[in-house]
This record gives sequence, structure tokens and C-alpha cells, in this order.
Amino acid sequence: MSAVQEAVTDAPAVEAVPKRALTLGTGTSLTVLAALILAPLFVKNFIIFQMTMLLVYGLAVLALNILTGGSGQFSLGQSAFYAVGAYTSAILMEHAGMNYALTLPIAGLICFIFGFLFGLPALRLSGVYLALATFALATAMPQLLKLGYVEHWTGGVQGLVVTKPDAPFGLPMSQDMWLYYFTLVITIAIYVFSVNLLRSRSGRAFMAIRDNEIAASAMGVDVALYKTLAFGVSAGITGVAGGLGAIAVQFVAPDGYTIALAIQLFVGMVIGGVGWLPGSIVGSAFIIFVPNIAEGISKGLSYAVFGVILFLVIFLVPHGARQVALIAQHLLGKLKKS
Amino acid sequence: MTALLNIKALNAYYGQVQALHGLQFDLRRGSVTTLLGANGAGKTTTLRAICNMVRTTGAIEFDGAPLSGRSTENIVRLGIAHVPQGRGTFTTMTVEENLQLGAITRGDKVGVVADIERMYEHFPVLKQRYSQQAGTLSGGEQQMLAVARALMLRPRLMLLDEPSFGLAPLIVRDLFKILGKINREDKVTILVVEQNAQLALELADHAYVIETGRIVMSGTADEIANNEDVRKSYLGY
Amino acid sequence: MELFTNQVLAGIATGAIYACMALALVMIYQAIDHLNFAQGEMAMFSTFVSWQLMQWGVPYWGAFLLTLAFSFAGGIVIERTLFKPLAKAPILTNVAGFIALFAIINSVAGLIWDFTIKQYPTPFGSSPFLGSQLISTHQAGMIGVTVLLLIALYIFFRFTRIGLAMRAAASVPESARLVGINTSWMIALGWGMAAAIGSIAGMLIAPVVFLEPNMMGGVLIYGFAAAVLGGLTSPFGAVIGGFLVGIVENLAGTYIPGVGNELKLPIALALIVTVLVVKPAGLFGRPIVKRV
Repeated sequence: MSAVQEAVTDAPAVEAVPKRALTLGTGTSLTVLAALILAPLFVKNFIIFQMTMLLVYGLAVLALNILTGGSGQFSLGQSAFYAVGAYTSAILMEHAGMNYALTLPIAGLICFIFGFLFGLPALRLSGVYLALATFALATAMPQLLKLGYVEHWTGGVQGLVVTKPDAPFGLPMSQDMWLYYFTLVITIAIYVFSVNLLRSRSGRAFMAIRDNEIAASAMGVDVALYKTLAFGVSAGITGVAGGLGAIAVQFVAPDGYTIALAIQLFVGMVIGGVGWLPGSIVGSAFIIFVPNIAEGISKGLSYAVFGVILFLVIFLVPHGARQVALIAQHLLGKLKKS
Repeated sequence: MTALLNIKALNAYYGQVQALHGLQFDLRRGSVTTLLGANGAGKTTTLRAICNMVRTTGAIEFDGAPLSGRSTENIVRLGIAHVPQGRGTFTTMTVEENLQLGAITRGDKVGVVADIERMYEHFPVLKQRYSQQAGTLSGGEQQMLAVARALMLRPRLMLLDEPSFGLAPLIVRDLFKILGKINREDKVTILVVEQNAQLALELADHAYVIETGRIVMSGTADEIANNEDVRKSYLGY
Repeated sequence: MELFTNQVLAGIATGAIYACMALALVMIYQAIDHLNFAQGEMAMFSTFVSWQLMQWGVPYWGAFLLTLAFSFAGGIVIERTLFKPLAKAPILTNVAGFIALFAIINSVAGLIWDFTIKQYPTPFGSSPFLGSQLISTHQAGMIGVTVLLLIALYIFFRFTRIGLAMRAAASVPESARLVGINTSWMIALGWGMAAAIGSIAGMLIAPVVFLEPNMMGGVLIYGFAAAVLGGLTSPFGAVIGGFLVGIVENLAGTYIPGVGNELKLPIALALIVTVLVVKPAGLFGRPIVKRV
């Protein structure tokens, strides 16, 4: 039992996405952007709220994409960072009277530090073991938020109510619409930042680690630094998403941030295409809308219908939305030729 | 004398890249053939193609039976043993378990036990280490184990991929002597892929030279060994 | 001191549940190199099937054996229809598949048998074991069955031809194919065995936690933790891991202030993660040496 088991590092657990394909082409990007900017003008407030949540979860999935698709580290613990971000914003807004916009960078920074610190002991773990550790974090978080010691700040089991901000400078738009555009600007900023991060030297370091950690280390990549950095960045972005989510939903409560959320974000990442940043929003759409569709199909079996739809999607496109995009690109190319 | 293995118009692909182009050759029953060429020429690919471990088009016939469409394990069960590059030892299992695995498709328990004893005669060092974890054996010992495991199948055809790789010259000589013995006594047809052309040509009856996925030269081992041009252009000595 | 020993013994008793679940998880890990999140739900479903058989008048051991056969077959069917097509897909996609399977089984079980708690019989009775207040005869029976299972698995893997083939297929699949082993069917067999072991775990656990569709949630997590703690490559480690997890959970609840029922789980997991940071391959796992 003390003998050593040899494993040749063959295929990496997380497959690479070619750098060129990291984003959508210019034309597609602009179309998507236009749609995102114009859509709220034509729909009701509730739909605008759903679109805001679409962006919020899209950010969280994006963060997971950087961590798993980028640096190859599994995480089932993103719900913990989301919760910390959400509660940071809520507490600062309700207990310290801070302006909502200012709470977001603080939430991001606190979560960055939290993620970075978590990444330190996690350095020794990988694959299944890391999944278990992050899983532990995610299950612990709701309980920690309910603890008596912090009830004064967190509001205990009932949580905190968060005040939704009005549009500034007396702009003639509803709270939902203002919050949507505010979120959109932040989302675009973070998206651009993330794309550039993955294209930069740091991004290359992440991907080298993902593909072959030993080789990366032999090439001089500071594996420890970049792995913890990846955790930090991912946690930070998730924290910002959490803060935005708290403001949009108008309250925070411990049971809103359970392991179920972490699992949903994971599913969102797979559906969108692991490591493909634009897919994050497709993944987000899946986890927001498909459960509703499932419930519409069968109230009693809604969970089962969700499972069946999930299976169908992964059978047809095991590599997620990225695969769909590639097929579409291929077909368009063929059309152009003829 | 009919060919044991017959390869016609064989193309092999790794994804979109074509590695073998219209390969054509035969292996005569009971012969030792060597496939020579530089690194990346397609030698390993050829062996993998025979065992359907890589995507191919073309026809491969083993003793008259077509191999296309069969899974690797079914091809093996027809009597083709493949000693892969890197030996493919079951490192977490004992030496004896590795040998038992070689015979796992056979039904005759008594025959298997007898064959294990024969392997220990061919390779005494394996007998010494029979209960040791295979991963703790030296390179040469693991190579012998890999060959022994292949022989436990009682194959009619044995494919060896660079058996000399990483081994000291004396050990390689011993190994090739044993291979020759096996070929003569057990009537096992052998196809050995080698970068070490000199030794391989001493062992073999026939030789093919492959370059960038095509056979560029074929003949008896003596012809190839004595052909200075061939040696200089393709074999590097 | 007496409180300590009592808590340890109680922990071993509850740990038998986790040990059993962990065995099923290690079984599947041996076959497919990852952990199946839906293992607990499959065990739960099997237990419901056995319950249903008993409702229809089948005696306990008859129902037990029929369920075992059903689970074995079911595991193979699930693998062949749902996961064989995903064999070439990335691992993460397979994990999404496990999640989907979880959702489907949980929901269907709820629909067929609803979410009210049901009593489930034990063949061992529930009187105090040898007069001890801490271990009931059922818990002793659980420990006994788990140990028997462990021995049976050991014999299977060490001394049978098919056990050897399965080990080979899991260890170096390409070489296994080169000796003529159908590695694809070895995986299916692994699933079948894991499902069967899981069903035994479920049928042993149900008398304690009561039968309902969500009964395996907590057990699964502890089972994972136990399997990982023990070292995923070692069935023996899984069983020891299970007992240790039971003990840690109990001791945490007794000795660490402020730890109510809710924090027991995170603390147990945190302690296990700490062990992993020190010994990444688990207590009895083989350290993996990676060749580049």
C-alpha cells in the first residue's frame, strides 16, 4: 500500500480553447452588444430584471471559466464567493449607508483576497480533491452566515433587505432599467478585462498550468503564484456579481447561496463551453430559463425534465455553446463560398 | 507460401493530418521483418494502424481475415500481440500478474501456468522478481516483461515498437537473441520497428524502410544492410 | 475520558454508513477514474425498489437479492445508454451528466413514492448490541456487512480473472486492450458493481435515516469525504475513512463549542481537507508519481 502509482500526464483534464477562438468575431460581438443595449427599451420591467440577472450569473460563470477553463482548477465553491460579495454590498449599503456603486469594488477586493487566501492551501490539491475542498467551502458558507456571532451584521437566517437605487441625475428610467445598464457597463468592462487577461502573459501562464503543470513549472512559471492569482481573480469577479445580484434581487439570505448555486454555475460553464468566455452568457441563460421551462412542462417532474434537457444538450453538443458557434461559423463559411 | 499479414493502400490519419500514404507490404509466415526509418517517419503509426488504434483507410488482412472494423481487443484476440512503445507495463501490478494478463483471453488454465514457467526460463530475471511491482523493474527488465507478456497470448504475429529504446547495448543484444529464438522455436512471425537499424538488420530476414509515411525501400535484410546508399540516406550509418 | 470513548464508539457506529457508501464510490472510481455524484440517488432508488417489493409481500431477503440484481443490471444499463456516448467527451461534460442523472432519479423517485418519510425494516433488529447503549444490533450488523463486502471485494480483485481484468482496464486502458480486454465492458461492469454496492449501502442506511428521496444527500457527501480521506484507490481506506469521518463528526459535535447540527458537516469536511493538504493522496492512497 505504500507503493507508488505512476501516472503519465496524458490529456489534460480541461481541454484548451485556441486563443483565436477565445472571443466572438467583431461582427458577432457588435450584434450581441447592440441587442443587449436595445432590448430593454422594448420589454417590461420584469423581463429587464431577468436580463440583469442574466448578466449577473453570466459574470459568475465567466469567473468560473477563468478559473477552470483558464487555469484548470476545478471549483464547486463559487457560491461562497458570490455570497461574500452579496453580503458585503448589502452590509455596506444597509449598515454603513454607502452608495451602491462604491460597494462593488470593495466586494470585489474582499473576495479577491478571500479567493487568494483559499487558493493557498488549495495549491496542494487538484482534480477530485480540489472539488471536495471547494465543495466543503460552499456547504460551509450558508451555515457561517447563520452563525450567532455575526447575526447583528448579517441578519441571521432572515438576512438583510437591500434598497434598490433610483436612476441618478433624475434620468427618466425605471430602477430596473437603470440597474440593467449599470450592470451592463460593468459586465462589458469585466469581459474586456478577462479577455485581455487570458491573452496576456498571465493568461498564458494560467493555460500552461492547466495543460501541464509540471512542464509549466519546469519552464519557470511561478505555479503557486498564478494558481492563487487565478483563484483570487475568479473570486473577485464572482464577488462583484454577487454584489450586483444582491442589489437586483433586493435582499440577501443565507439559503440563497447554497451548494445548489455552485452546481448551477458549474452546469452553466459546461453548457457555455468550458474556457470560452462568450459562452458564459449562454450558460447563464440556461441556468435561469431552463428550470422555468422544465416547470412549465411538468410541475411534479420539473427537476427530472431539467435533467433530461441537460442530457440532450450535452449529447448533442458535448463542448457546449462554443461547439454550436464553431458549427455556425463553418456553415456561414460554406454559404459565403457558394 | 501465403503472407500472414497483407497490407494494401493503407492511409492513416491523426485528426486531419495524414501520417501514412498508401502503404503496401506483406509479412511472410514465420519471418522476422523489420521496419526502419527516422523519427516521425510513420513506423509506430504503422503498428498502431494494424491494431486499429488510429484512424485508417485501406485494407489489412491477417491470415486472410480482414481487420478493418474490428476493435483493438478483437484484433488482439485473433493472435496479434503488440508490444507498444514505452512497454505499456501494468506498473501497479506484480510481474506475475502482468504475465497472467497477457494470457487473460485464453481458456486453458494449465497451458497458461506452463507458459508462465517457460517465460521464466526465457527470462530468469523475471522469475526472481515475480512478486515485485512491475513499476519497480529497470527499463531492460520491463522490456523483457513486455515481450513475455506478449508471448503469453501465444500469438501468431508479434509487433514490437522500438524494443531497444533506452536500453544498454548488451541488454539489447540479449533481447534480440531471445527474439530470434522465439521466432525459430515457437514459429512466431515478428514485425519489429526500430531506430537502431544495425541490430535489427542482424535479426531480421526482410526489411522495409519508411520515410514520411511511405515505403521507400524493401528487400532482404542483407540487401538493405549492404546497400551503402540506403544506409547513408535513410539509416544514418 | 469515558465521554470520549463513548463518542468514538458512537462515531464508529454511524461511520459504518459512510464506510458502506464510500465503498460504492471507490468502486466506481476504480472503474471510471471519477466520482459519480448520482451514486447516492441510485442507491436511494434501489432502496425504494426493495421497499416496494416488500410492500407487495416479498420477504426481506428475497427483496434484498432481487434489488441487488436489479441494481447491478440498472447500473450497466445507465452506463451503456447514457455515459458510453459521453466516453469521448471532456470529463467536465461527464460531470454535468452525473448532475443530470441526479436530478432525474431524485425527481422520479419523488413522483413515484412521494416525499413522506417511510419506515424501513432491518434484518438485525434494533436492540442494544451486547448490552451497549451506544451500538444497536442494527449498527453492529452494518459494520459486519461492510467488512464482509470489503473482504468479498478484496477476493474479487486479487484472485479472480475478471477482477484482474478490471484492475488492468482501469490502470492502463491501452495496454489492457492490447491483451484483449474489452475495456468498454469493464467500465459497464464497474458501474453495475458500484450500483449493487450502493444498493446494499442504501438498504442498510434506510432503517437509520428513514426512507425518503432526499435521504442520501448528507450521506453522499460524507461518503465522498470518507472515500477521499481513505485514498480513492483503496477500498480498505474507504472503510477506514468512513469510520474516521463518523468519529470526527461526533467529536466535533461534542467538543467544539457552538457547533450545532448545521456546522458539523463543514467542520468535518474542513478537517478532511486539512488532512488532504498534508497527504494529498489520502491516508491509504498511493501517491501518484507523474511522469511528464
